[in-house]
Amino acid sequence: MAAMSSGQVPTREISPASDSPPLPPAKTPSTRFSVNLRQSGIYIAFGLIIVLFSILTDGELLSPQNISNIMVQNSYILILAIGMILVIIAGHIDLSVGSVVALTGAIAAVLMVEMDVAWPLALLITLVAGALIGAWQGYWIAYFGIPAFIVTLAGMLVFRALTLTVLGNQGIGPFPDEVRTLSNGFLPTYLGNIGLGPLGGADLFTLLVGLATVAGIVGTQWRARQARLGYRQKVDALPLFLLKMAGASAVVMVVIVQLARFKNLPWVLVLLAILVLGYTLLTNRAVFGRHIYAIGGNLHAATLSGIKVKSVVFWIFVNMGVLSALAGIIFAGRLNQAGPTAGNGFELDAIAAAFIGGAAVQGGVGKVVGAITGGLIMAVINNGMSLIGAPSERVMLFKGLVLLAAVALDIWTKRRAGAAR
Amino acid sequence: MTDHILQMRGITKTFPGVMALQNVNLAVRRGEIHAICGENGAGKSTLMKVLSGVYPHGTYEGEIRFDGEPCRFSDIRDSEKRGIVIIHQELALSPYLSIAENIFLGNERTSRGLIDWNRTNAEAAELLDRVGLRENPVTPVMELGVGKQQLVEIAKALSKRVRLLILDEPTAALNDDDSAHLLDLLRGLRDEGITSVIISHKLNEIEAIADSTTILRDGRTIETLDMRNDRVTEDRIIAGMVGRDLGHRFPPHEPKIGEELLRIEDWTVHSPTQHGRVVVSGAGLTLRRGEIVGLAGLVGAGRTELAMSVFGRSYGVDITGRVYKNGREIRLRSVREAIRHGIAYATEDRKRYGLNLIEDVKRNVSAAALGKLARRGWVDDNEEYRVADGFRESMNIKAPSVLSVTGKLSGGNQQKVVLSKWIFTDAEVLILDEPTRGIDVGAKYEIYTIINRLADQGKAILVISSELPELLGICDRIYAMSAGRITGEVPRSEATPERLMQFMTKEKE
Repeated sequence: MAAMSSGQVPTREISPASDSPPLPPAKTPSTRFSVNLRQSGIYIAFGLIIVLFSILTDGELLSPQNISNIMVQNSYILILAIGMILVIIAGHIDLSVGSVVALTGAIAAVLMVEMDVAWPLALLITLVAGALIGAWQGYWIAYFGIPAFIVTLAGMLVFRALTLTVLGNQGIGPFPDEVRTLSNGFLPTYLGNIGLGPLGGADLFTLLVGLATVAGIVGTQWRARQARLGYRQKVDALPLFLLKMAGASAVVMVVIVQLARFKNLPWVLVLLAILVLGYTLLTNRAVFGRHIYAIGGNLHAATLSGIKVKSVVFWIFVNMGVLSALAGIIFAGRLNQAGPTAGNGFELDAIAAAFIGGAAVQGGVGKVVGAITGGLIMAVINNGMSLIGAPSERVMLFKGLVLLAAVALDIWTKRRAGAAR
Repeated sequence: MTDHILQMRGITKTFPGVMALQNVNLAVRRGEIHAICGENGAGKSTLMKVLSGVYPHGTYEGEIRFDGEPCRFSDIRDSEKRGIVIIHQELALSPYLSIAENIFLGNERTSRGLIDWNRTNAEAAELLDRVGLRENPVTPVMELGVGKQQLVEIAKALSKRVRLLILDEPTAALNDDDSAHLLDLLRGLRDEGITSVIISHKLNEIEAIADSTTILRDGRTIETLDMRNDRVTEDRIIAGMVGRDLGHRFPPHEPKIGEELLRIEDWTVHSPTQHGRVVVSGAGLTLRRGEIVGLAGLVGAGRTELAMSVFGRSYGVDITGRVYKNGREIRLRSVREAIRHGIAYATEDRKRYGLNLIEDVKRNVSAAALGKLARRGWVDDNEEYRVADGFRESMNIKAPSVLSVTGKLSGGNQQKVVLSKWIFTDAEVLILDEPTRGIDVGAKYEIYTIINRLADQGKAILVISSELPELLGICDRIYAMSAGRITGEVPRSEATPERLMQFMTKEKE
């Protein structure tokens, strides 16, 4: 030992187990499995809920028109959920999004309906207004240091009050056709219909988009897998990988075929797809996204690692404001009027979507796809229960219990993992 | 026959896939101070949780006898009823409540269902007297230092008519004065007939205070040493803990000292919370390439405050002074600027300030220099994996892979992750604040070796440590601080604990 050259780390010379917790190596696979189970639990739950309501509704749930309805009716919640998951990962919360949806919808209505501003310009101004609202809240939270709970609770009241002021306590409408199409409408039939045998006619363009999407998913996943192999990382075994890809492709194609049988793709679905893709990339791969996780995981460590914590938090809220404005326009367009009660309770749906989707209450954990899945779980519950004619109080009850169960499961799995120490 | 107050026989505790305790035996004589030693993960805390009922009867195998009677505790209240009280390393006091309220928390002095404040405060005053804490019982606990809070915990234990007091790392966060006082107190309690079990990493304390020492390793009892036997030394205990004679606790190192790299001059820092209080006063020090410099001082001397204020003003207000790197003055207004100038600061509290414990090793390693792995704001995660895996090998981070969650690693391996993170920033100056705190003996050796290797690469290292033997063992030169001032500078050849202690306790002239 004394003769060992000073420049090298003693590896096996010191008693090898001295510093490792008493985990036999054999435990590793089971740990991995349980981690995977925890992450994939929500997708399994989603699948079960779909199966349950398909049976209860005699397949009505997955009918072409109903799938299209679920997408269109919940798009604004899903858009809010994307912004909310970033806020929650960073360890904050936003209670004001419902009021911001109302206010931005009102701004858009005043611009387009009362002031006759061209709709693209009005849309842009509304998004900028959303950004300014987010900047206002972000300033108090990030730079002034007031907890987000308080700032956005105040915002909830303030922006609702401004909505009422702007609207003069009445609804404003109707919106230009373009805006209504964005919220409610479908892509035009570019290539005509094609017969799908017993399934009847389906929109060819939609089917092609679906095939391209599947090709895109499989292609990028395959390239990522090859790159990881190149770096000698662990990857799924080939059969498992193929199985996963086949499963994902099947899900995409089922949805696409059903949509194609109804009409073409809804515009909001295209928009959502772009947002999900963009924000998934942002959270996984961008330096900015990584900093969000670092801040939520340990604020002090992030600060001492040179991460510009205040600036990141500020921009998360700006982003939330912009997405709220987008949701506000789509919601107003769908109802074809901006009303004083628009967006009531949306903040709770968006927050619930994020937590059902696996976000951690303390921050630092969460995924965009998880939040979308969480939002869809609630959407399917809403839709399925109304299809079987359940009264709204029962829908509310069920949604509340699902939220509680999701977070309880998360905490329970964490505790079990922690007890293994 | 020896009179044992506590006997634990054949204790086996398993968690899914892990055998944490395996046939462990512990026998504590009535009225003694019994130390339990072992590296992190040896099973000390698990054993104490079994004893105190945190792991209830039935979740473990084996037998516990207290006062000769078998015990089947179902929770902590059960064991406290018998007079077994455990004081955890992280103190469990409520900061806004008074000393008296904390002492009788859950055990309130009442009359007809309402709290009897006169009795509460009077009895608290008596207990404070017994533990030698001269404070008013109505003082809020948050106004006390850690050392005094520890005494409040002991007073709380005494209020429960403790017969067996268990202390988990009681002196880990204390300075030498407070530690000495605590150890005296334990001796006093022993004379009153209270038996203590003390878990500690500080072997010199164990040597000074314990009547017997039980050593655990890998979840098994290795041996119980009678400390009244003269031949039991620190090295003897270490030998039991690591399984063989370690010989040297510090790796040998021939320094190759180069030119001056960093110089701090006339550095003054004010407290951000107490207006006008000077925390660091006119401090100056010099770091040279290839040199390991120590910074000694008692708790409150201002060492961490000096380091953090230099590191991009992470601490303090009204900071004045100059920093020169390679002879040129540099400005360090933010952590980012400090990192850009090649300065790194590894915190003394890695769990609270150093690591994102819920993230994997990979993302912790890259956290401070993500820009190096990114092009136009996008991270190359394969490259990130490769970098982190490289550190896992070169730093000997014992984790199944770099995708393992950092919070599950042992203290020593977590510290290696922290060091990897700062090495990856291409830092030239590394300020390491208590780099081996809470780390067991074997891993300490590895950390020292890494520090030596960094010095050999021409980096300048500043080690802040409360353990004088550590500073004497690895540093080429040692500064001492007291009351915010640098009070002395000693080269390795002239450094002795006594000399440093003189500087560390020097009052303002």
